[in-house]
Amino acid sequence: MKTTFDKLKKSNLMGTFSIYFVLLALFLISMMANENFATVGNLSNISRQIAVGTILAFGQTILIINGMLDLSSGSVLALAGVLSVDAYLKTGSLLISFIVGIGVAVFCNILNGLMVTKFKTPPFIATLAMMAMARGAALLYTNGQNIYQIGDYIVFGQGSFIGIPNPVWFLIITMAITWYLLNHTTFGRSVYAIGGNEEAANASGINVNKIKMRSYIINGIFVGLAGIIFMSRVNGGLPNGAGGYEFKALTAAVIGGTSFSGGVGTASGTLAGAFIVGFLDNIMVLVGVNSYLQQIVRGAIIALAVIYDIYFKTTRKKLKASKG
Amino acid sequence: MNHEVKLKVLNIEKSFPGVKALDKIEFSVRKGTVHVLCGENGAGKSTLMKIINGIYQPDSGQILIDGVEVKIKNPIQAREHGIAMIFQELNYIPEMTIEESLFVGNWPKDRFGKVDWPEIRRRTLALLKAENLDYKPDMKLKDLTVSDIQMLEILKAISYQSDIIIMDEPTSAITNKEVEVLFKKIFELKARGAAIIYISHKMDEIFRIADDITVFRDGKVIDSKPKEALDIETVIALMVGRKLGNDFPKVEVPIGEPIMKITALNGEKFKDVHFEVKKGEIVGFAGLMGAGRTEVMRAIFGLDPIHSGEIAINGKPVKIKKVKDSIDQKVVMLSEDRRRYGILPVRSVRENISITNLSRFIKKGRLHSKEEIETVKYYCDKMKVKTPTYETNIASLSGGNQQKVLLAKWLITDPEVFIVDEPTRGIDVGAKYEIYRLISDLVIEGKSVIMVSSELPELIGMCDRIYVMAKGEIMGVLTKEDFTQENIMRLATGTKQNH
Repeated sequence: MKTTFDKLKKSNLMGTFSIYFVLLALFLISMMANENFATVGNLSNISRQIAVGTILAFGQTILIINGMLDLSSGSVLALAGVLSVDAYLKTGSLLISFIVGIGVAVFCNILNGLMVTKFKTPPFIATLAMMAMARGAALLYTNGQNIYQIGDYIVFGQGSFIGIPNPVWFLIITMAITWYLLNHTTFGRSVYAIGGNEEAANASGINVNKIKMRSYIINGIFVGLAGIIFMSRVNGGLPNGAGGYEFKALTAAVIGGTSFSGGVGTASGTLAGAFIVGFLDNIMVLVGVNSYLQQIVRGAIIALAVIYDIYFKTTRKKLKASKG
Repeated sequence: MNHEVKLKVLNIEKSFPGVKALDKIEFSVRKGTVHVLCGENGAGKSTLMKIINGIYQPDSGQILIDGVEVKIKNPIQAREHGIAMIFQELNYIPEMTIEESLFVGNWPKDRFGKVDWPEIRRRTLALLKAENLDYKPDMKLKDLTVSDIQMLEILKAISYQSDIIIMDEPTSAITNKEVEVLFKKIFELKARGAAIIYISHKMDEIFRIADDITVFRDGKVIDSKPKEALDIETVIALMVGRKLGNDFPKVEVPIGEPIMKITALNGEKFKDVHFEVKKGEIVGFAGLMGAGRTEVMRAIFGLDPIHSGEIAINGKPVKIKKVKDSIDQKVVMLSEDRRRYGILPVRSVRENISITNLSRFIKKGRLHSKEEIETVKYYCDKMKVKTPTYETNIASLSGGNQQKVLLAKWLITDPEVFIVDEPTRGIDVGAKYEIYRLISDLVIEGKSVIMVSSELPELIGMCDRIYVMAKGEIMGVLTKEDFTQENIMRLATGTKQNH
């Protein structure tokens, strides 16, 4: 009895903190492998590079803990981004363009949420449909052409405040919001409950559909923000931009310990997951790893993270079973 | 016809962690006869059938078919020995067609190893024709009724040339007319010399079709006789026959005004349900599996829709559409299925308790306050929950401790009516006693309890009144002086109260 508890505690401890050990180890190894890695310039560069994908990943984290996901975030990012850029060029107002960007992404995610809650579409299918629709809408609106010369719009992605790049500020803010929501609100607690056992959550008086809908709306806010930063960083409205970013986001969340079986995940884990991918990509470039090989490594990391997650889940099951 | 013994089991024993499910079972069934097994839920009938069908392995003992000992390691081997089982809950694949399902796992193949569809079609048509059944072979199972599917299961048994057929409460989901069709089939099977084992609780049925009757209780065979040597009263007495201990911490408290009144409630699985619960009262709900007790409670608690009828709390009619409505009316429910509707498996004890009343712990817009921890600690102490820390994953606790955590999670909502559905299922004796004590504490505090249970001693030991349900209806209500297992069983097996 006692030993079973100990084992479980230990495995939970490993499950909770191992990701940060991996991050630390990767940092130290990279530092030793290349003297240019641990410089302020390079680390700031990595932070800026991973900002957009990580902001998406925070949205995914909330959704995955809930037992859902969003395959449309890359496409919705592009749609929200180009409409935001266009709004800026038409009005000259950064505020209006910001509101448009967020508004469009929230609208798309309300549709995602409606498909999932009202029509009981599996989130995978609902957001797969949205992925195609949003990309199509972005291309239709721009007639497939990139929008250039976006003027002061670049401030969102290229400006900085007290020496820290704006994308990093946004990253910090979204991280703080996600952490606060998950840890200090009834919403967050309900998200974990639904992911842990949806039927039990419902039987405990939680309005499951409302929480799922809110999760998509919050995801929409993050996707819209990511779209604004992305377009601003690339100096244009790119309807074809950010292809595959939904998978970048999913990767960061999964490596960060968010479990696809639901009920488990943290904002800080996802941040660590994003930095692991960011460090890895960066050091592979710095030491000149073949770019095709880089893809293989990235894939292998995802496989390892998922095997690790499932391994601990089955150990837990076995422990439960051994107690009858 | 000669009625020699077809299947015989000798000294079968089977234990599960903490419980001896079967204790030296001896039992046999003869060719061309129906042998009925009866006994309360959990008496061991289904376990024995699962052993005969190869789903479980016995710890010791023998199975003999035609006098030869056989080892049955899995259902496929059971089928090879001519055993077919028709389950109480039919497992079927809705998208499958009739012909696919008839030969599932056993599809005839041609010499290239390809499934021989023309052969399947031919054999299906032949079977359907021989049985005078009017189905098309390519109809999907989802378009059939439950009794149609059950008939197909029987057809399947015939198609395997099975001569030992086990039916586990086959009439629990079908109408009276369909029962007649089933019985006709059973008589045909008998005439062909099949040995049939038939599990049922329904006395009228049992005495219509049985040749022999065996009564199980607490994992033992209590009696096994030809039908002619038994009558309904004797069978009921044999089924319940155990002595009651006085080990229930029942406390007499003054019973107050009615707090909850249910009038003409109808739902998918129950009809015209009327009952009331008074302040300080423990009201029991007895009945056999599938009687509709859980369904009534789920509807009152907002988990299932109510078709019509009225729920009144403190004299005022209330609308309950979702669980939150019920919690707001201070009516809560501990589910019978702890794993499915109870615990949040990957979350901590703390989170599992506070989930029902999170808004209580918000301070300045922030959760996770000191107050949450203190409340959780207070109720864990009160419930005597044994857990290393409040952050421990609930899944790592024992069943009894999980149950106490789930009681605690409802207590923090300060309920007036506490519905407990099978509160002691799957937990050990010591923890059971603590759960009874907690239920007594609730009524001492002036709350009311509705206790749904399949364990009659626990209902008799704890309740002030007991409603008995069968087939989705309330068959009668017993007051303390009438509390006997025989009285409850008589109502539960479908004999209405003559008042």
